[in-house]
Amino acid sequence: MVNPAVTLTKLSVRRRGKAILGPLDLTLEGRGPTIVLGPNGAGKTTLLKVLNGVERISSGQINWNVPDKQVREMQAYVFQRPTMLRRSVRQNLAYPLELLGRPKRQIAEDVRNWAAQVGLTGMLDDPAPRLSGGEKQKLALARALIREPKVLFLDEPCANLDGRATREIEQVLSEAQAAGTRIIMTTHDLGQARRLASDVVFLLNGLVHEQGPALQIFQNPQEIETKAFINGDIVE
Amino acid sequence: MRALIALVLSFFGTVVAADTMRLAVTTSFHNSGLSDVLLPAVKEDTGLDVQLLVVGTGQALRLGQAGDVDAILVHSKAAEEAFVAEGYGTHRREIMYNDFVLIGPASDPADIKDATTASEALQKIAEAQVAFVSRGDDSGTHRKERALWEDASLDPEQFTEWYNAVGAGMGASLNTASGLDAYILSDRASWLKFANKGGLAMLFAGDPEMFNQYGYLPVNPERHPHVRTDAAQKLEDWLTSSAGQSVIDGYQINGEKLFTFNAVP
Amino acid sequence: MDDIWAGLLAAFRLIVTLDDDLVEITLRSLQVSLTALVVASVIALPFGTWLAIRRFRFRRATIATLNALMGLPPVVVGLIVYLLLSRSGPFGVMGLLFTPTAMIVAQVIIITPLIASLTHQAMRELWAEYHDLLISLNTTPAQRVMTLIWDGRRALLTGALAGFGRAIGEVGAIMIVGGNIDNATRVLTTAIALETGKGDFALALGLGFVLIALALLVNFAIHALSRTEREGTW
Repeated sequence: MVNPAVTLTKLSVRRRGKAILGPLDLTLEGRGPTIVLGPNGAGKTTLLKVLNGVERISSGQINWNVPDKQVREMQAYVFQRPTMLRRSVRQNLAYPLELLGRPKRQIAEDVRNWAAQVGLTGMLDDPAPRLSGGEKQKLALARALIREPKVLFLDEPCANLDGRATREIEQVLSEAQAAGTRIIMTTHDLGQARRLASDVVFLLNGLVHEQGPALQIFQNPQEIETKAFINGDIVE
Repeated sequence: MRALIALVLSFFGTVVAADTMRLAVTTSFHNSGLSDVLLPAVKEDTGLDVQLLVVGTGQALRLGQAGDVDAILVHSKAAEEAFVAEGYGTHRREIMYNDFVLIGPASDPADIKDATTASEALQKIAEAQVAFVSRGDDSGTHRKERALWEDASLDPEQFTEWYNAVGAGMGASLNTASGLDAYILSDRASWLKFANKGGLAMLFAGDPEMFNQYGYLPVNPERHPHVRTDAAQKLEDWLTSSAGQSVIDGYQINGEKLFTFNAVP
Repeated sequence: MDDIWAGLLAAFRLIVTLDDDLVEITLRSLQVSLTALVVASVIALPFGTWLAIRRFRFRRATIATLNALMGLPPVVVGLIVYLLLSRSGPFGVMGLLFTPTAMIVAQVIIITPLIASLTHQAMRELWAEYHDLLISLNTTPAQRVMTLIWDGRRALLTGALAGFGRAIGEVGAIMIVGGNIDNATRVLTTAIALETGKGDFALALGLGFVLIALALLVNFAIHALSRTEREGTW
């Protein structure tokens, strides 16, 4: 399997005549986690949804280096506020596999493994909508990873979580990365970006302001706004 | 779930039993209660299962025209003759008659008790302008009422608010009359059987003009090949037989005889 | 007030003695209305859900039509079904007029718009909640409908029960297409209409109380069934 890479060409998203994203050209290659940074309203979530195919694009092109048919199948997405199916934790985990028509026994085994991986084993029969914020986020993560996606999108996966839950999530992400899942995520947490990122895309006003290896962006940003953002200043 | 499916299937599998026929009758006939003794007797003597559709005369004629019933038993001579003339029925056979009566408040404000004819009674009601309830549904009873007004040289179209055309069946109309303390024309049987009499009483009866002839009309198989002509014939034979006569003439409510058999064998 | 007491008494007497006619017409009422409910649900639940998730050109018009059909007078439905099933009508050869099947057809037409509309309303909220997840999981339209129906089943149950209530209490349509034939198509509501016409208010009211009791019983039974599920708490 080739390393999944994507190229956006003159891509833009407009809603009610207003440009939300682009027009932009962007190529995402490499293996390591790519972190999308930027102030609120920069278009981070829209970019992620465009890449996932949930959001319609207004013009331009998006090309993956795999056949179109496989693009959606190889991806998974964890939303900022994860949707819990009104079912038990067990059934939430099993759902993506049931859609694929996997055999029951295999589903049961995968569910057990992934529940253990994210520490939800004791709650398999609890109603998912009743979990705490951290537990919901872990469940959403496991539910996304259970299909063994080649690409995993995460939108602010640790917003509103305490330190311990954040550490657990980052641990699972590192393991997924090591197992060959390409991670593309947004975050507000600069510390988290430093801990996880291999590449960084800095968005500003719907455009790619700066892009490069994490080390370079954090230590030697080329643009004034990037530098200001990394220093914790307000950027408009 | 399986039980439910079985239930559904049992429905669509329902077949009409071999010796069954559908007969459209008028509300007033059914309310008389005669059918409750007539049908079991028919079943016992002939094995025929008669399914009654209790509707107004107008609807009964429509059901016959459409071929949705095998025969009709109604009481509106002119309409019945037209039904046969237009080829919807094979023939008309007179079976029996009962009579209409005038009902009103027991205090009789229009003073119709002493009238000698139906015309006179109606004229008194119109003069006094006391509340009157009309079926207003183009039923046999309604047609009879209009004919009686005409005999009295009166036109209901010209009446003011005391004349209430309710557009309902006999029972519902009697309920209304009971509520309004109004006069109303009813067939004797419906009145005797009616349970909600309130302050009403029977005030005038006996004028031959108020006799109510029932006719039996089998639906024409030339128009509707699916009708059960044999069953309809079987029922006609029984209704006009001496067995039929004894049930019809023998039927009483509160000791009063309701129907008079007058079929020509 | 006397009439109401007499009605209660009549209902009590009918039930305690398990009156043969009462049992027969009660069972027929149940059969007709439950069958109509099942058929209508099979049509209305997927259709209402599909309306909630699918954007198409005549969607607004379809929903408006559906809501208008909810207010359709049963008598009109009865008349139309009568004209269709009459021997002189297009489906006359099937000989369905004045049978329980004809009554089921009429009730299905009456309650399907109601259930579909309630389904659409309930499913719209759930779809807003599930939208992103189901899209990102690359679900097929059929899988989306199935998921929404399953996870929204409690709300749908309420809609279906509303449909059942309308069906079992309906009299105008089934009077016309069923004919209220003794031992063949008489059900509780048409029997009530008949007894009212005879002026026997006590018996009519008694049958009415039986009808209310029956509707309550069905509601409780279905809710009890759905509550036996373990996750019945949310």
